[in-house]
Amino acid sequence: MTNLKMSNKNKDTTINIEQVRPDAKMQSIALSAWFGSKQALKDINLTVKANAVTAIIGPSGCGKSTFIRCLNRMHELVPNARMSGQVLLDGKNIYGNETDPVQIRRRVGMVFQKPNPFPTMSIFDNVAAGLKLTGTKKGQNLNEIVKKSLQQATLWDEVKDDLKKPGTSISGGQQQRLCIARAIALQPEVILMDEPCSALDPVATAKIEELIVSLKHDYTVAIVTHNMQQAARVSDFTAFLYLGELVEYGDTRSMFENPKSEITEKYITGKFG
Amino acid sequence: MKELTGDNLFKILAASIAASAVVILIITAYTLITGSGPVLQRFGTNFLFGSNWNPVEGREAFGALPYVLGTLVTSGIALLIGVPLSLGIAIFLVEMAPKFLRVPVGYLVELLAAVPSVIYGLWGLFVFRYWILNYIETPLSNYLGWIPVFSGTPFGLDIFTAGIILAIMIIPTVASISKEVITAVPNSIREGAYSIGATKWEVIRHWVLSYGRSGIFGAVILGLGRAVGETMAVSMLIGNATGPAAIPTSLFRPGQTMASLIANGFLEATGPLEKSAYIGVGLILLLVSLLMNVAAQLMVTRVLRVKGGAVEQ
Amino acid sequence: MINYTLRKFKNRLFFVLCAVCVTIAVIPLLSILYEVVSRGAPQLSINFLTQKDADGGIGPAIQGTFILIGLTSVIGIPVGVLSGVYLAEFGNNKYAASIRTVNDVLTEFPSIVVGITAFGVVVLGIMGSYSPLAGAVALSFILIPIVARTTEESLKLVPNSVREAALALGVHKWRTTLSVVLPAAKGGLVTGTLLAIARIAGETAPLIMTVLGNAYFFQGFSSPMDALPLRIWRDSLQPYANLQAQGWGAALVLILIVLSLNIAVRMASRGRLRR
Repeated sequence: MTNLKMSNKNKDTTINIEQVRPDAKMQSIALSAWFGSKQALKDINLTVKANAVTAIIGPSGCGKSTFIRCLNRMHELVPNARMSGQVLLDGKNIYGNETDPVQIRRRVGMVFQKPNPFPTMSIFDNVAAGLKLTGTKKGQNLNEIVKKSLQQATLWDEVKDDLKKPGTSISGGQQQRLCIARAIALQPEVILMDEPCSALDPVATAKIEELIVSLKHDYTVAIVTHNMQQAARVSDFTAFLYLGELVEYGDTRSMFENPKSEITEKYITGKFG
Repeated sequence: MKELTGDNLFKILAASIAASAVVILIITAYTLITGSGPVLQRFGTNFLFGSNWNPVEGREAFGALPYVLGTLVTSGIALLIGVPLSLGIAIFLVEMAPKFLRVPVGYLVELLAAVPSVIYGLWGLFVFRYWILNYIETPLSNYLGWIPVFSGTPFGLDIFTAGIILAIMIIPTVASISKEVITAVPNSIREGAYSIGATKWEVIRHWVLSYGRSGIFGAVILGLGRAVGETMAVSMLIGNATGPAAIPTSLFRPGQTMASLIANGFLEATGPLEKSAYIGVGLILLLVSLLMNVAAQLMVTRVLRVKGGAVEQ
Repeated sequence: MINYTLRKFKNRLFFVLCAVCVTIAVIPLLSILYEVVSRGAPQLSINFLTQKDADGGIGPAIQGTFILIGLTSVIGIPVGVLSGVYLAEFGNNKYAASIRTVNDVLTEFPSIVVGITAFGVVVLGIMGSYSPLAGAVALSFILIPIVARTTEESLKLVPNSVREAALALGVHKWRTTLSVVLPAAKGGLVTGTLLAIARIAGETAPLIMTVLGNAYFFQGFSSPMDALPLRIWRDSLQPYANLQAQGWGAALVLILIVLSLNIAVRMASRGRLRR
């Protein structure tokens, strides 16, 4: 991780006031990212509005996962990965000199494509894991938070009698909701989801889509999806990425009904993808 | 009757040669068992639980207990010190080291295994033992000598030194297997842990090590097996005590392990009963070593085979 | 809320500790190399390397080590390689599985136990006296399981397409194995064998009660013989500084043999793996 600090520290910490949008929970400014010499993102300027669901769509390899991983500083965990530009959270650059990625990841949670509950921990401990790290003691407080998180993730009723069972003993869809509960337990401000339903069956997918829509009341959500219908169903805003560049961004309905760019139109109508 | 084709002949030939492994095993078992016959017949379970070692004719007494204890104590010290060091090295190599350091450092650690045991002993006898004596044993003896484990005036050739050199010698084994185990931990687990805001150390301590715990445990047992069978370096540094004096009571007193006893005394043994006694100790040593290694194999292969995907522990 | 600075501190602390572990492990290696070279090098001379003990040399020990390597190779390598060939090419059955298990068990036998066995079988039995053969037998017991395992692993790396191509041309399996598969696995076979030889060259315990040691050069198969590890051991127990110094010289020679084998193997396999 040491070689990453060089390229990620922005020497210039002044932010152009005009560029900052007031309604943005997170905002990327001139964000570029590389894996070694291969550039994955080119100069992305994208807003993630607060208390809304923003979908990020595009064909395979367009950089959508890379983008979202730059939002919680997970991109830099890959060897040879680097980035340039800024990512603002509430107006402050998360890649600033003073900022610790660990702190950022508490405020910006993530749910992954393949459900990854911790196999060595029980369902309860999975949800409590993040809290225990920050010292929330056992007992009333912890139990309360775990219960609330599982309820919000609509998993509580299904597992409330089996909290001691291993996190991997439940079905795929339930595991994913467990991962969502795990992320929620830390009371993040933003929840990032990287194709959360692509490994799940339609029934589980439907449940999670419902959940996503309900989450936006308390959180800001950004979801990467290769399923356009899903984007149309759950999101308020959509960004279309193609070959590492942001092609179009707008509110979901108008983007799907009236795409401004030709490439967007071609992708949405399924002419490629 | 199968055709005597070239292929069949070849297969039969190769199969018979492969049986050499079994032949070696049987010959070894046979030699040790028949060789220990006399002493076991004469002393029965007293051989395992007795402490005397007297070859004088008419007053023979042979008991292996001090050496079994000596082996256990020195191996225990080796594990106590060697395992944390090995884990630290494995974690360093897999999770921390910058790319340019990974190969050279890994190689240096591997080289530790290439040095012959007798050279460890030589170095221990003339160099290392004085480091231990001057920087660890004497201060400990001065300040904490009232504690039984630290009693006696140390002069460097004792259980403690033998244990430390064993620790160094098992590092390549434990570190390399631990390295493989840690590498085999799926990245999805690390990502999940990072995503809830864990520091790198927390990811390793709470998730990586716990996921790989049976593999690491297997590595430890394998290291224990190595320590148990290690002969030369130990025999040169342990002080060569025999009989009840060899019972490990203090770290700073001379001792003896099963292997070192045989190395130090086998040639001088006169008379069939005394030789049989040494062979008997060899038999016990073999059995202990086998036990360790069977246990280790079970653990390590179980974990290394279940690498990717969801795993139930 | 656990103090975040505390967590950060722990993070840094433990990584420093890990680096310390590495340093602690590397120090003995560096010290051993330093001591062996600085104490052993002054001993090296033509006289030292070629004369017998009485004339101030370790000639018999060097000769003995090479004789043992030779004898052990002659006995052990064919057996080990053929075992590995069987396990890799015909080894999909219970018999082979049990052979594999036995081999794994054998690699973990304490070497002193191997010495006792060879003592019983060869010194007391076949030869009736201490003998280079006894030493070679003991070392073969150690070498064979190692070579069998590395041979099997190397052969398994040869892609099946190679075998199928030869078989499709009508070549018998035994011919295929010997003329096509074995040469294809040559690199792995050689490195595995060299590593095993490096290992047995440094073994002392099995030699104690089999070749015993000798102040004179090779005296036939019914006499004791010297070897470098034995010489080092004997010299280390001597009370005289000049004799101890000879032990360091012998140690230097032994380490040179063992390390050069290891390094050669390392360089050869790095070249091979970079495909």
